[in-house]
Amino acid sequence: MKPGPFDYEAPASLTEAVRLLADQEREAKVLAGGQSLIPMLNMRLARPGLLVDITRVPELSGLYVDEAGHLHVGAAVRQAAAAAAPEVRAGWPLLAGAIAHIGHPQIRNRGTVCGSLVHHDPAAELPAASLALEARFTIVGPGGNRTVTAEDFFVSTFQTAVGPDEILTEVVFPPAPGDGWSFAEHVQRRGDFAAVGVAVALARRQNAMHRVRVVFCGAGPLPVRVPEAESALEGRPLDAEALEGATALAGAALDPPKDVHASAEWRREGAQTLLRQALTEAWERTA
Amino acid sequence: MTRQHSSEPTGYVGQSVPRVEDERLLRGHGRYVDDIALPGTLEAAVLRSPHAHARITRLETAAARDLQGVHAVYTASDVAALKPLVNEAELRVPPGLAEKLEPLVRTLPMPLLAREKVVYAGQPVALVVADSRYLAEDALELVEIGYEPLPVVVDPERALEPGAPLVEESWQDNLALELETGVGAPDTAFREAAVVIEEEFAVHRHVPSPIETRGVLAAPGAYDGRLTVWANTQTPHRVRDHIAMSLAMPADDVHVVAVDVGGGFGQKGILYVEELLVPFAARALGRPVLWREDRNENLTAASHAREQTHRIALAADAEGRLLGLRDRILVNFGASTMTGLVVPYNSVIHLLGPYRVPHVDIAVRAALTHTTFTSPYRGAGRPEAVFAMERALDRLARRLGLEPSELRRRNLITPEEMPYRTGLLDRSGEKQEYDSGDFPELLRRAVDHIDLRGVRKRQSEAARSGDQRTGVGFAVYLEATGLGPFESARLTVRPNGQLRLAIGAPSQGQGHRTSMAQIAADAVGVPMESVDVLGGDTDAVPHGVGTIASRALVTAGNATHRAGLALRTRILDAAAERLGVPAEELSIDGTRVRHPGGAETALAALVADGAELSETAYFRPGGFTYASGAHAAVVDVDTRTGHVSIEKYVVVHDAGRIVNPVIAEGQITGGVAQGIAGALYEEMIYGPDGQPTTTTYMDYLLPTSSEIPDLHLDEIVTPSALNDLGVKGLGEGGAIAPQAVLTNAVEDALTPLGVVVRRGPLTPDRVRGRIREAQAVHSEQAAPVPS
Repeated sequence: MKPGPFDYEAPASLTEAVRLLADQEREAKVLAGGQSLIPMLNMRLARPGLLVDITRVPELSGLYVDEAGHLHVGAAVRQAAAAAAPEVRAGWPLLAGAIAHIGHPQIRNRGTVCGSLVHHDPAAELPAASLALEARFTIVGPGGNRTVTAEDFFVSTFQTAVGPDEILTEVVFPPAPGDGWSFAEHVQRRGDFAAVGVAVALARRQNAMHRVRVVFCGAGPLPVRVPEAESALEGRPLDAEALEGATALAGAALDPPKDVHASAEWRREGAQTLLRQALTEAWERTA
Repeated sequence: MTRQHSSEPTGYVGQSVPRVEDERLLRGHGRYVDDIALPGTLEAAVLRSPHAHARITRLETAAARDLQGVHAVYTASDVAALKPLVNEAELRVPPGLAEKLEPLVRTLPMPLLAREKVVYAGQPVALVVADSRYLAEDALELVEIGYEPLPVVVDPERALEPGAPLVEESWQDNLALELETGVGAPDTAFREAAVVIEEEFAVHRHVPSPIETRGVLAAPGAYDGRLTVWANTQTPHRVRDHIAMSLAMPADDVHVVAVDVGGGFGQKGILYVEELLVPFAARALGRPVLWREDRNENLTAASHAREQTHRIALAADAEGRLLGLRDRILVNFGASTMTGLVVPYNSVIHLLGPYRVPHVDIAVRAALTHTTFTSPYRGAGRPEAVFAMERALDRLARRLGLEPSELRRRNLITPEEMPYRTGLLDRSGEKQEYDSGDFPELLRRAVDHIDLRGVRKRQSEAARSGDQRTGVGFAVYLEATGLGPFESARLTVRPNGQLRLAIGAPSQGQGHRTSMAQIAADAVGVPMESVDVLGGDTDAVPHGVGTIASRALVTAGNATHRAGLALRTRILDAAAERLGVPAEELSIDGTRVRHPGGAETALAALVADGAELSETAYFRPGGFTYASGAHAAVVDVDTRTGHVSIEKYVVVHDAGRIVNPVIAEGQITGGVAQGIAGALYEEMIYGPDGQPTTTTYMDYLLPTSSEIPDLHLDEIVTPSALNDLGVKGLGEGGAIAPQAVLTNAVEDALTPLGVVVRRGPLTPDRVRGRIREAQAVHSEQAAPVPS
């Protein structure tokens, strides 16, 4: 469990970082918090020839709310810092709530928000939360900047829209749909990746649900949004009938994987149990 | 909870003296194998087979050798002169057993490096020695090796079927061990019984997972040609003798040090090929060589444990009194016969446990499979036996409509029946005899502490359709402790008048520096601050066995006690001679010996000018001591998710006289935590292709303190009459019962749903699966008959 040889650079500017990443002869790779990359290096599952450490790039360390009320989280922002930020807790509590489920404090102190998104373990919390919050992703590469939506960002397990010579410089969250939110997951041990989990965001207007977002993690190669369940809930109060209807729709829509920890059937049932719990909690939060 | 201890120089035994080793260890001053820095140390890495069964078609090491910084690449042909590994001490069949049971016990010597064939994924194929572990691992990738995959068998039942792929080509089958034993007339008992139940229960494969992985550092001596080996083993003298034999050196030219060791649990209680390969490389290269196992290697290539299947039947009369037991045990040995009879026979002789069973028929077989070899792990066959027996008792109680604890009570051996003979032969081949214990009292207290009546009341009040179901489970067990053949202690007056105790049994966290000092201080009559304890250094005491099988306190403890009494006499005699007064009038006061008349001498003065005061004692146990315990748990099961949560966990134990209560509590707590871990979380899983699938702690679920509940501990004390201290040992006890207890509790919770649990771990998925199956059966039964 020792990595193969690699070079290391810690550029002081984004331009320099992008220039270094262009060196694909050496299979350059971005290093931020290292909570997934370093174990993969140690197990020799990843063999980059150059690590570009972006944690010392000043442009990437920002966390702020812009004039339009959008939250920007730079690529070097640690998960613990994001979860503790007053603006995040006030405006995007689902993001803070999702981060609370990631690993252990030591992991959140090192790991970055953007790093988890680019790594894209489909059982991870942040991809699901970012899809529920309709985040947009700013990607910088040799060809300049581009922005992609959460729908387009996650491609498949461990794959995103970020190319090998590109950097996800920030993730931008528009104002949350409303006050209702919940993040719930099934783990066997505290701090594990979720066997299955769900992010719920919603608003309450005139005692009815609006802008409902239901996204599961651990339920497929991507975070799985369930529009059928969302539209069934739209415009009605959360009563037993609405809850059961949405749960049944989610159960029908999901095609979860099986692995050593759980069968597909257990994941589907677990997703449904979590959805009941999360919708109830999100709805109660708006009261 | 620390109890008061007096400042008197005697009477330490029985007191919760704080562990003297902790300050050093907690400050990070422990010296584990990886902390020992010798100038010029080279580092080794092992190339391991990626296949479960394959023929090696090509092995080319030139490119690896050519990498800068690589000093050597060894393969099977380089170590052909070294004898293959055999854990001889463990594989010896005691004459009594050999003669009376005539067991089949086959020995498969383990090649140090695979030659021609690999038989499990993780098997060492080559050893690279380089300037650093990084370079060594780079070189592993340059070894060119061709494999031709061969058919694989991982299931022990299948492995014993005709035509199964063979692990050892020269054998005609995979049967590594077979024996049958019994008592009375079981066939008649089963024929005449009012009730017979028969069930199949399985215990899954575990990995012991010590916090410090294995490691070996070997250094050839610059002056004397001796070899010093730091190895984190539980049995340093056995490792010494084995290295000496393998490298053809006199045993006293090999110095093995195992002083600070971070957990063993049995995984470090056997001999491994790395413990021979590293010393070999150090001698060949004339440099210190270090190999430290990484966690991936520990999970896949250090010994595994526990995998057993029991087809068990109980016969009882209408009141639930046991008449007979029949069990057919199948053990998965993995790819070698590492410790032979040890684990299977331990299962046999712990199956009856604290229960009176007049007629017995037990047969056990062990199969070789293309999986990592197995060896004892904390409990060593006992958790498996207790799981089968205690689960069977619960099934019998259900059949009879009896409260499970009441069924147990009716069958427990009483103190009046002690010493009690089971009719079986113990591990030494002698008639198995329980020396002492009060099993009904253990159970009575467990029932009381768990508030059985309260739990039953809650269960009957709870809505029968609720999602949360409560259940309660029990298990009563005993444990033969204090395994022989001997252990050693050498107690010496040092030049400053203090004492040094050297024992053959090292500590892997058991607190010997404290508990053994308590015993020695009491025996000699000195303050325990005067006693420094050294365990695990083969130069400090010439012979030793090790810390395995819950034996250290019984064997090393009593050896220490004897050495202490003898040294006290020697000290007083020497002082009497020096002071010219009768020895019986003298008393030891700290580091001085005093006479009431005023004459006195320092202990230091007694060992000056060519005088020595040292006593070495050996303790050879005359029979096994039997520790025992009753555990009980209340669990809540969420029937929607299958999630099990432990509401309360009770332990009532009896380990005879307790030397240090706070250390004993720590031992029990750690053991129970490991037992709970195996019951709910841990499982080493192989695919049908022989590939291990739970190879990191992301997938092999070792629990943390967050998952382990607070324990409710109680004890009774029935001192053993078999040794002067009256101690029994309890290193393994805590780990023996939890899997049985928790499974019984989960099944109790789900009994209204008709759920039967036959194996673990009790993961949410598995529990939910059993609920789903039971519901399917019920709805099938409820479905209208098709017209």
